[in-house]
Amino acid sequence: MTRRSNATVFGLSREEIRRQIQLPWSEAFRISWRYVTIRLGRSLVTASTVFLSVAFLMAIFTMVLAAKAAGQELDAPTRARYLWSVLMGFLICSVGIINALLMSVTERFREIGTMKCLGALDEFIVRMFLIEAALMGLFGSIAGALAGALIMLLWSGFRVGFGVLGNLAWGFRSADGSLGFLGCFLVSIVAGTILSVVSAIIPALRAARLQAADALRTEI
Amino acid sequence: MVATEPMMPPTGEMKERLQEAAKRLEPMMEQVSEFIVRTRDVRKVYQMGKVEVEALRGVTLDIKRGEYISIMGPSGSGKSTLFNMIGGLDKPTSGSVYINEVDLAQLDAYELAWLRCRTIGYIFQTFNLIPVMTALENVTLPMIFAGVPEDERRDRGMELLKRVGLAERWNHKPAELSGGQQQRVAIARALANDPAIILADEPTGNLDLKTGREIIQLLKELNEEKGVTIISATHDLKMLDVSDRVIWIRDGRIAKIEDRSKIQLEAALAVEEELVEGVE
Repeated sequence: MTRRSNATVFGLSREEIRRQIQLPWSEAFRISWRYVTIRLGRSLVTASTVFLSVAFLMAIFTMVLAAKAAGQELDAPTRARYLWSVLMGFLICSVGIINALLMSVTERFREIGTMKCLGALDEFIVRMFLIEAALMGLFGSIAGALAGALIMLLWSGFRVGFGVLGNLAWGFRSADGSLGFLGCFLVSIVAGTILSVVSAIIPALRAARLQAADALRTEI
Repeated sequence: MVATEPMMPPTGEMKERLQEAAKRLEPMMEQVSEFIVRTRDVRKVYQMGKVEVEALRGVTLDIKRGEYISIMGPSGSGKSTLFNMIGGLDKPTSGSVYINEVDLAQLDAYELAWLRCRTIGYIFQTFNLIPVMTALENVTLPMIFAGVPEDERRDRGMELLKRVGLAERWNHKPAELSGGQQQRVAIARALANDPAIILADEPTGNLDLKTGREIIQLLKELNEEKGVTIISATHDLKMLDVSDRVIWIRDGRIAKIEDRSKIQLEAALAVEEELVEGVE
């Protein structure tokens, strides 16, 4: 099955053929956006795991900042415990995303097979799934960060007094160089999105391995 | 060269030389243009647990450019397996499949994708439209993979939808279209990159008699208009009438190949006519 490297197929060189199959990122984005917004219910289920994890993370961040504002620094062991909880939360979230997306791949086996019949490469399928996960992760994270921050701000307000919250480091960085409120907000969103995309890798690879012939199959 | 008088047919030496040149070129022309799909002793064996199932036992056939071929046979005859081989959807256990004289087994993933994108158009029994996209977006999806710019995509897509009679429904999603309409969109999609072959797997399988007839009529028209080769794996006897040749498969082998002129289907069609008239 060896061929000379400069052989032509269908009248074109190998490089030309490679160049002629494409899925621009803008188009992949458009298709993925469609999937996310039209299957909103399913997207919300996947995004809700991210929502909860990021809400938890942002709540912890906010609690630490509020404590600092009230002059009640949390000691290292306490902070370590909270960090550990957040990591566990993220792990559970990741498993949830993997599960939901694997289900999605199973449901969409015919569409994926069809796309391969239309000329899609494996990497196109991976691209679409990762963009979908990034979108769900992004929106879930933003919503989660807002919710987590709000709830913790209210709770801290009642605990240490809303006046004290005025001393909170609202900016990106606080006076002592560590993260401020906005900084934590950004970090939470980025963390949630990255978590989403990384969790989607396994399902995306599974989707890419489906064959074009699957478009003809009558059952899963 | 300016023509000042009508050209006379070549005579004498000129004629001889032209004839010789034509003879030299003939085998090359035949190789390039006559057969678009060739299979050579294709065998396929499936491993089902401990049992080996021979789905195809040596199928050799040649399909000419522009032909309308129907592959017919009972369930389990190997019809679908042969279809998959010809369409590059599966690899034979032994033997070869050639499309445009290119051995499919030699193609890497990119070349296979290129083939599926530009040379072959697929039509499925279950229509297989992408549910989250509109009719126009479904039709233009292969064009995206082929790198066609957006404006050109839209124009060509609308033209194709117009040809299949669905121009006003360009913005509808598959859920808003009937079975027959979805299959028309699927046909328009199959034609997106002007392919040389259309592979249809039971295209009328999920359609009622009347709609099935319309679809078959549409396929025949496209076959004649564009010269696109149509290869259909089907149970539908209505296909017999429009096919140039019918390949009957049984037990993984070709049972017989019928030419259009020899097809006898009055009896079968008469029965169906009665049924249709009863419904109408």
